[in-house]
Amino acid sequence: MKARRADNPVTETVSALLIPFMQIYALYLIAHGDLGPGGGFQGGAVFAASLVLRAIVFGLDADEERRYERLAGACASAGVLLYGGIGLLCMLRGGAFLDYKALPFADPKTAYHLGVYGIELGVGLAVAGALLLLFMKTAGSRDD
Amino acid sequence: MTEPVLSLTQHIPALLVLVPLLASAIIPFSPARLRRAGGTVALLANAAALALASALAVETFRLGRVTYNFGGWAPPWGIEYAVDPLAAIMLLLVAFVSFAAAVYSRAAAGAEIAHEKLPYYHSAGLLLVSGLSGMIITGDVFNLYVFLEIASLAGYALIAAGRRRDALVASFNYLILGTIAATFILLGIGYLYMASGTLNIADLRERLPHIYHTKTVLTAFAFLMVGFSIKTALFPLHIWLPDAYTYAPSPASALLAAAGTKVGVYAMLRVTYTVFRPEFNASVVPMKTILLVLSSAAIIYGAVMAIAQKDIKRMLAWSSVSQIGYIVLGAAIASQYSLTGSLLHMINHALMKAALFMCAGLMLISTGAEKISDLRGAAARMPLTMAAFTAAAVSMTGIPPTLGFMSKWHIALGAVEAGLWAVVPVVLAGSLLTGIYFWKVIEPAYFAAPPEGHIPSGRGQAPDTPAPFWAAAPAAALAGLGVLLGLAAWTPAAGAARAAGELLLK
Repeated sequence: MKARRADNPVTETVSALLIPFMQIYALYLIAHGDLGPGGGFQGGAVFAASLVLRAIVFGLDADEERRYERLAGACASAGVLLYGGIGLLCMLRGGAFLDYKALPFADPKTAYHLGVYGIELGVGLAVAGALLLLFMKTAGSRDD
Repeated sequence: MTEPVLSLTQHIPALLVLVPLLASAIIPFSPARLRRAGGTVALLANAAALALASALAVETFRLGRVTYNFGGWAPPWGIEYAVDPLAAIMLLLVAFVSFAAAVYSRAAAGAEIAHEKLPYYHSAGLLLVSGLSGMIITGDVFNLYVFLEIASLAGYALIAAGRRRDALVASFNYLILGTIAATFILLGIGYLYMASGTLNIADLRERLPHIYHTKTVLTAFAFLMVGFSIKTALFPLHIWLPDAYTYAPSPASALLAAAGTKVGVYAMLRVTYTVFRPEFNASVVPMKTILLVLSSAAIIYGAVMAIAQKDIKRMLAWSSVSQIGYIVLGAAIASQYSLTGSLLHMINHALMKAALFMCAGLMLISTGAEKISDLRGAAARMPLTMAAFTAAAVSMTGIPPTLGFMSKWHIALGAVEAGLWAVVPVVLAGSLLTGIYFWKVIEPAYFAAPPEGHIPSGRGQAPDTPAPFWAAAPAAALAGLGVLLGLAAWTPAAGAARAAGELLLK
């Protein structure tokens, strides 16, 4: 993908400015999910978009490509495991799957909020990982 | 605040979906040097799912109905899992077939799939099982759509794992049609929600009868039926199926043909009999006539196309189109006998088609045979594989004393019971044609001399290699089970199917 690098100072400068804000906004969306519009899916998609933008504008060498792919796969799996893990923890403590009240916190309200944060983070990780993986598999130069 | 503590037995419905899902997320982390780790994890997860499904079936037949409320929210607000006898049978069937496919895959999937792709193959297989189980078990129509998408995406990936480039095209075609189907289903669910304000299936059943004649509900029904017809590959919406099953790796074809399309039919049954009541089909829409015509056409057209095929897997794929016709026909007639027959045929087709696709994989492994013409004299070189193939073919054709005879007999009886005499010759002709296309494979394998210097189509001049035992064992076991279930007439399977059918008609 390195050969296809745009080498355009305008896109590079704008992207360099944009990417950190995109990522922070993605984290805000994930964290804000249970109170307003947003959530794990949207946040994950925005985060993946920031990395896709970086890959398109600055290009990736073969080594980075491999690292990106491995990271994306691991994130996708870890997200699912985090989500399922929180659900299982609720079950182990005698509640139903994803019954946050059963989480080991004193106050059910805290338990509920932290439970939702965990779930949204899991969704965000899985979505970001899966989207990035799709991008790498379709646009990447590695043929396997 | 004291909450009732749930016991392990009460968690089974959730665990049944969760175990394969989490296992599929674990597999990509397995170290590359442990080449078979993915297969082993998949096998263990499937074994666990089979144990859970068995326990759940026992529990369901004891209690009549088992439910599970997610997050502690009571239905109809929260998402509910609801298991009735029909769902319990289907869950057990899916778990059993995918366990057999996992045994096969661990031993022999490497023959058709590149090694670096194997972990992802096993992962996608588990995801498919999780999605299909979810579709069966859920009591919420939107949740049904979510699981449908999980199963579909896993299915596209499984097909694309095939060893030829054609697999990618087949997978892409299926992806386009599958996405149209999923969109239709989502639209249907949206319209139902718009009209009734609820997504819970039991709740929908209560609320819909008052608004059966509204355009919104009729539109919803039409979208749902067309969507599920694509997913089950009901004629004439079957066009994605032959390529997909031909180019997918054999164990994936076995899993998709056995479990994938069956769950589509199950979802169709749920919509027509549980979400909507049988009266709706009888008095509001002429669904029965439409399905009778389409499924009869599917039986004959699929079988005729199967006779015309030269490729083993493509023949089996067209056979699926024909057999799905039988299942839908039995469901469309909607009498006690025909529904029992339809459910028995789901079981029969799932077990037998899984066995047949595994046999096709074994033939490719041991002799490189892909075309029917490569099989001349093959019975001497692979007696167990051909024996399993023949047993499964006999049950698929419907020769007594196999399970296939029981199922087709019930469908024919149901047609007579309902006074639909025109359907009886279709059932019989379909059986006859099924016999013809299987005989085209069995006859040269047993009675023709192997040609000198013939190079099989599947690979070059590589010598015969014996198929791994653990790949042949599940195929033989599945085929044997078909004969066994038929031999013990009025087996628990028949009784269970009857009970499930009775509940549907209520």
